[in-house]
Amino acid sequence: MSALLSLRGIWVEYGDKIVLEKVDLDVDAGSFVSIIGPSGAGKSSLLRIILGQEVPTRGSIFLDDAPLTPECGPDRGVVFQRYSVFPHLSVLQNTVFGLECTAAPFTARLFGSARRAAEKDAIEMLDSVGLGDSIHLYPAQMSGGMQQRLAIAQALIKRPRILLLDEPFGALDPGIRADMHALILRLWRDYSLTIIMVTHDIREAFTLGTRLIALDKRRIDPHAPHRFGASAVYDLPLKPNKGPLEEEIITADIIQENETRIGYE
Amino acid sequence: MRWVNRQVRRSDRILLGSLPILMLLLLYMFFAAQRHALNPADKILPLPAGMASGMSALLFQPDQLTGQLTFWADTLASLQRLGLGLGISTLTALIVGLVLGVLPPVRATLGPLVTGIAVIPPIALLPILFIALGLGETAKVALIVIGITPVMVRDIAAHVADLPREQIVKAQTLGASSWQIMIRVALPQAMPRLLHAVRLALGPAWVFLISAEAIASDIGLGYRIFLVRRYLSMDVIIPYVAWIAGLAIMMDIALAFLSQRLFPWAHGARH
Repeated sequence: MSALLSLRGIWVEYGDKIVLEKVDLDVDAGSFVSIIGPSGAGKSSLLRIILGQEVPTRGSIFLDDAPLTPECGPDRGVVFQRYSVFPHLSVLQNTVFGLECTAAPFTARLFGSARRAAEKDAIEMLDSVGLGDSIHLYPAQMSGGMQQRLAIAQALIKRPRILLLDEPFGALDPGIRADMHALILRLWRDYSLTIIMVTHDIREAFTLGTRLIALDKRRIDPHAPHRFGASAVYDLPLKPNKGPLEEEIITADIIQENETRIGYE
Repeated sequence: MRWVNRQVRRSDRILLGSLPILMLLLLYMFFAAQRHALNPADKILPLPAGMASGMSALLFQPDQLTGQLTFWADTLASLQRLGLGLGISTLTALIVGLVLGVLPPVRATLGPLVTGIAVIPPIALLPILFIALGLGETAKVALIVIGITPVMVRDIAAHVADLPREQIVKAQTLGASSWQIMIRVALPQAMPRLLHAVRLALGPAWVFLISAEAIASDIGLGYRIFLVRRYLSMDVIIPYVAWIAGLAIMMDIALAFLSQRLFPWAHGARH
């Protein structure tokens, strides 16, 4: 196996309801995988399994050919739609947190020169997500878009092997969302990330991803719809490498989105 | 304009809020004056002058037996018991609540016990406390602790357990261990709630303090009230009750202020 992440025969069942059946998936390093599908098709379940938050009923997951322990760890970063930043910490403290946890197992705090070094790293990371000027704000003082930028910076400072995004831009308004698309693509390229993103927005899935996976049920039993689970019904490779062309597509997207908004208003 | 939309300005709020209090005071004065017109020696509704003379002995003259200023000695004794009780309860609530809220195995083990203790009426335990701990200070402090701790523990545990799952998962993806999640994620977010729980527990804590003092004590605000009741000394009881109310309000305001100052992030977006 050469893939970074491999899922082998994953089944997820809640009671007698089957959510995912026999999902096989290989994710190459450096790819940007978009996962779409109707509500209840198990998109988020799949993400939670890769994250280690849930244990699949059957099947196994390998990261770099080593089986994954069913627990969240620093090798897989995550950005949720909401609540993924700590409300009691400032932007800088939120970002430094990940470094402090590794460096100081007992106090989970850094002092002196170690702290200054960690803060320097954090500020660099915050600059690259565009929060360089807001390091002393608390999450409650920031807009939804800024909070998501912070959540991304927080995750990336740990240099995760895989970054998991669970509808990260779903709660943002269209203009901000376009900015965030540009940001995540830039970070993906600059830090050579591997990203798996669950989204509701089909256009977002096509614009950002290098590969698109659609989850849905292959078969439906009308008498017991819960007995068949979803699996990958489409697995489409998209443009393999995103060059500067991407910015143009996104700009075009923004213009189009703005036009539709103006048209509606 | 609908009444639900009528906002009251700050200056008007103070005015409106003091109105019923003033009315009540006026009403009291009216009835007291009426009673005193009929019987100048009336003890049931003393006039302010009567209260002042009744209290002045307790406030300014040392007691002949102990040599202490009774009112201040009472206050000190009561506040000491209350402070000890609240302190022990708060610390216990924080530690136990945090562990219960963060660690599911501990919650499964100790949750039912805490719930069980919480449903026992604390006053029913008072005889046990007196038998086991004697009639001294320990029993009184223990009653306050037993009375308010379980509720506070459950409140903190529920609050910590209700922290968004996303936060706990996120912390783990940032490399945090159970211990680190406890001290860096759960503890700081439990603190404002803890101060809130202390504010709510102040009322019951006073109830248990006064009860314990009324039953077996030789000093304290509650002891004095129940002692002078035998002589119908309303001129002492009413100022004492007012003083207790004043102390309770001051503590409440101080805790609210402390929470605003220490945890601005928990009080809205204006920091």
